[in-house]
Amino acid sequence: MTVLVGQLFTGVSIGAVLLLIALGLSLTFGQMGVINMAHGEFIMAGAYTVYVLQGAIAGAGVSLLVALPVAFLVAGALGAALEYLLIRRLYARPLDTLLVTWGVSLILQQLARDIFGAPNVQTRAPDWLTGNVPVFGDLTLSTNRLFILGLAILAVAGLTLVLRLTPLGRRIRAVVQNRDLAEVSGIPTGRVDRLTFFIGSGLAGVAGVALTLLGPIGPTMGTNLIIDAFLVVVVGGIGTLKGGVIVAFVLGTLQSLVEYTTTLSVAKVVVFVAIVGFLQWRPQGLFTLRTRSLA
Amino acid sequence: MMLSIEDVAAGYGRTSVLHGVSVAVPDGRISALLGHNGAGKSTLLRTAIGLLRPRHGTVTFDGADVTRLAPHERVARGMGYVPQGQQCFPHLTTEENLRLVADTRRGGPAAMAEAMDLFPALGPLLARRAGLLSGGQRQQLAIARALITAPRLLLLDEPTEGIQPSVVAEIERAILEISRARGISFLLVEQHIGFAVRAADRYYVLESGRVTSQGAGGQAAEATVRAALAV
Repeated sequence: MTVLVGQLFTGVSIGAVLLLIALGLSLTFGQMGVINMAHGEFIMAGAYTVYVLQGAIAGAGVSLLVALPVAFLVAGALGAALEYLLIRRLYARPLDTLLVTWGVSLILQQLARDIFGAPNVQTRAPDWLTGNVPVFGDLTLSTNRLFILGLAILAVAGLTLVLRLTPLGRRIRAVVQNRDLAEVSGIPTGRVDRLTFFIGSGLAGVAGVALTLLGPIGPTMGTNLIIDAFLVVVVGGIGTLKGGVIVAFVLGTLQSLVEYTTTLSVAKVVVFVAIVGFLQWRPQGLFTLRTRSLA
Repeated sequence: MMLSIEDVAAGYGRTSVLHGVSVAVPDGRISALLGHNGAGKSTLLRTAIGLLRPRHGTVTFDGADVTRLAPHERVARGMGYVPQGQQCFPHLTTEENLRLVADTRRGGPAAMAEAMDLFPALGPLLARRAGLLSGGQRQQLAIARALITAPRLLLLDEPTEGIQPSVVAEIERAILEISRARGISFLLVEQHIGFAVRAADRYYVLESGRVTSQGAGGQAAEATVRAALAV
């Protein structure tokens, strides 16, 4: 029983990571329909932000907490710049968007190599995020994964509140639903696109901060995650937040349970087969919502 | 002159729809734009508000050339637009549809209250998703939303299309009330010829992207317009 609960928790924590890396994409891809292959590099930018701040701020805990908003701003600014300089000129050309943003991802990876070097780097986890928390009996849960779970819940709650209750959220949803009508209602849709991209990319930066607690930071770390992020958004249903949340935790738990009895590679294969099967049955994803077509 | 569209040519891709159209809306007056389906009426309104860039010609609003301005910039200057088809933001509630626009300007909440006074039927529907409203309710919401932008000119594209007669009367009453009480100018595209010509100070008949007939509106003009449209 203890083992099963432990594996379930591992699955939930994998789901939390998946959710964090996919949350930003659910805005830029799910809501706006932009295939941004450089999204993974915004995750990387967030992770390197922790590395840079640890060099400037001695305390690992303080630097990690400071890194959360700073990484949001750094990755958000990168995303807004990408949208302003390139993507807004390509809204009617999805294939070109894919190729251009892939090129940008390669440039950002090389930039990271030039600045931080090709080998991976490591950050220090603060003392309060090392070790385990006893739950019951022999079962303990690792503190850093609990932190990531909390961060994912906070990020989802924050994004939901922004989308539901703020003027900006209303504008984002309106532009998604009917761009022309939003424009003739006096809403500067170009600025809303940029802000949406800023928030979506900023969330990728926050995911990058969380990932520093689980492993080393490298120039290609984002590339390794981008497929998982797209899968969560597509399987959850493009344009819906709740679908992504459910799918992230389901896929995380499935991977964890299969991995326990087999290996990580087999677990990944099982997850991919499950996704292919699911999309054959329900190509539109778990939930559907009419979204703006930029094609 | 509140709106002056001069020698405008516009279209979609390689298809030309408007061929040198000139239309004017005097201050505080109603101009009606009439014509059969496909004549280019909606294209002219889309060009006037800036959703479609003209290939030729100018759009002047209140003395300023707005031809190259984005739609939201035209709205900020006082141009309002209610597109064809009772368009709304279907996944937002009625209240969110209105508040969305009220957020964009000073005095928005007061303008929202005024718009609600004009269409009391929307009051009980504030919490309902706009996509669940009837056609007539959505059209009232669409006009209310446009009014919150505090327009001095409203471009109305077939406001009574596909709506039951009792609600049509309600919408026509609201248009006349807005025009008289608030001094808002209108460029009205309408299939309901009788109402449009009677309410208008000036009418234009559009055929195949060209103005083929124009004149002073009013009761006496109705027969002339019907003859021009062969209806």
